[in-house]
Amino acid sequence: MHAGLTSLKRRHSSLASGEEQVRVLETVQGIPSFESKLQAAGFPALRPSGIEIFQINVGKLCNQTCAHCHVDAGPDREESMSRETMELCLAALAGTSIPKVDITGGAPELNPNFRWLVQQVRGLGRQVIDRCNLSVLLIQGQAGLAEFLAEYGVEIICSLPYFQERETDRQRGAGVFEKSIQALQLLNRIGYGRKGSPLSLNLVYNPVGAFLPGSQKGIEAEFRRNLEKKYGIEFHHLYCITNMPISRFLEFLLMSGNYEKYMQKLVQAFNPAAVEGVMCRNTISVGWDGTIYDCDFNQMLDLPVSYSSAMHISQFSLAKLNSRPIVTGRHCFGCTAGAGSSCAGSIT
Amino acid sequence: MEHYYHQTDLAKFSDMGKDSPELWDKFLNWYNGVFAEGALTEREKSLIALAVAHTVQCPYCIDAYTNSCLEKGSNIEQMTEAVHVAAAIRGGASLVHGVQMRNIVEKTQM
Repeated sequence: MHAGLTSLKRRHSSLASGEEQVRVLETVQGIPSFESKLQAAGFPALRPSGIEIFQINVGKLCNQTCAHCHVDAGPDREESMSRETMELCLAALAGTSIPKVDITGGAPELNPNFRWLVQQVRGLGRQVIDRCNLSVLLIQGQAGLAEFLAEYGVEIICSLPYFQERETDRQRGAGVFEKSIQALQLLNRIGYGRKGSPLSLNLVYNPVGAFLPGSQKGIEAEFRRNLEKKYGIEFHHLYCITNMPISRFLEFLLMSGNYEKYMQKLVQAFNPAAVEGVMCRNTISVGWDGTIYDCDFNQMLDLPVSYSSAMHISQFSLAKLNSRPIVTGRHCFGCTAGAGSSCAGSIT
Repeated sequence: MEHYYHQTDLAKFSDMGKDSPELWDKFLNWYNGVFAEGALTEREKSLIALAVAHTVQCPYCIDAYTNSCLEKGSNIEQMTEAVHVAAAIRGGASLVHGVQMRNIVEKTQM
């Protein structure tokens, strides 16, 4: 699945464009619109429930090129949030009481201002999440990164799609599993993930293929048993996240002939109980250039929030964002399937 | 009809409730109860179902429970071992009936 994969952008794939991805999603046969499905289940159009998470995507540069990446991140990507845009994020944040800042990428740590941003956010008294690919903790030029995260009490949410090498490397690239295990052992050594430790270490599980994640509780138990037994690794929680049918995962679905079946699975698994907890209701997502989105997935589809006056972080208005209609599309079935899916795992 | 089995027919399974809804509901309630977590985990039950699917050689069940096993976190090694368990029982069941053959031979031959 993975060998020699590069970003869609580098290959000049039409799917590198958000507009083209939306076109593919909107033209699939036999799939209802997300809005009509909501309506049929008795829900009004999605509205925010109050912003609790300020997610900042600091860029698309990554040391890995994962086969399912919804960002189309990779070593060739140059989009990176500037210090000036980060300052605008901090100014916006300071005017609110939003308690949690979720820093993502790419590999967010590769942004040259990452550590500065973490220090500033902690200085505002807000919690920080680092969405970490694990292998970045071991690369040259990132010495002391794990210790830095511990010093600032940063919660680490890291990707590990399976507790074995074959599955992990098929999704994330050759050698990634071994590095991920080394990085988890390093984090455990400095106190992350230990029972009772305040240094939170949580794993993210994405299915390695065109299927949905099962019970988060069951998969967490399997990961805990296997990682402890084989590698002595401890972690706090595991979050199951459904693969969104966008970007490189959409390319995989199309190339492997799984696209229509996967979309049907998402629709058949539509769970009304997951609707109220979808993350776009309590999150805003800021792109590397300061544009504001309802979620990281809308960001990658170039679908900004629908309030034009609050589209850029320099025009941030919490009141307007809290009353905005949320932009939806067929990809949203990924968040309402089964137990539901969010950046913090299952919803129900 | 070119084939007796069509992949798309799996999604029509619930059509079996159309002309006998009460029996279908009873079946579904029981079926869902069987696969809910109990003394065995849902993952373990899916592996058993995968093995049985190969024993009854039902392509619908093989499709459904291959996906179910993946969804519940099983890997290809575990699923292959489950199929071997099914195959071993099938092979063993044939072989153990050889005792009947031997009994008959013993009784029949001089």
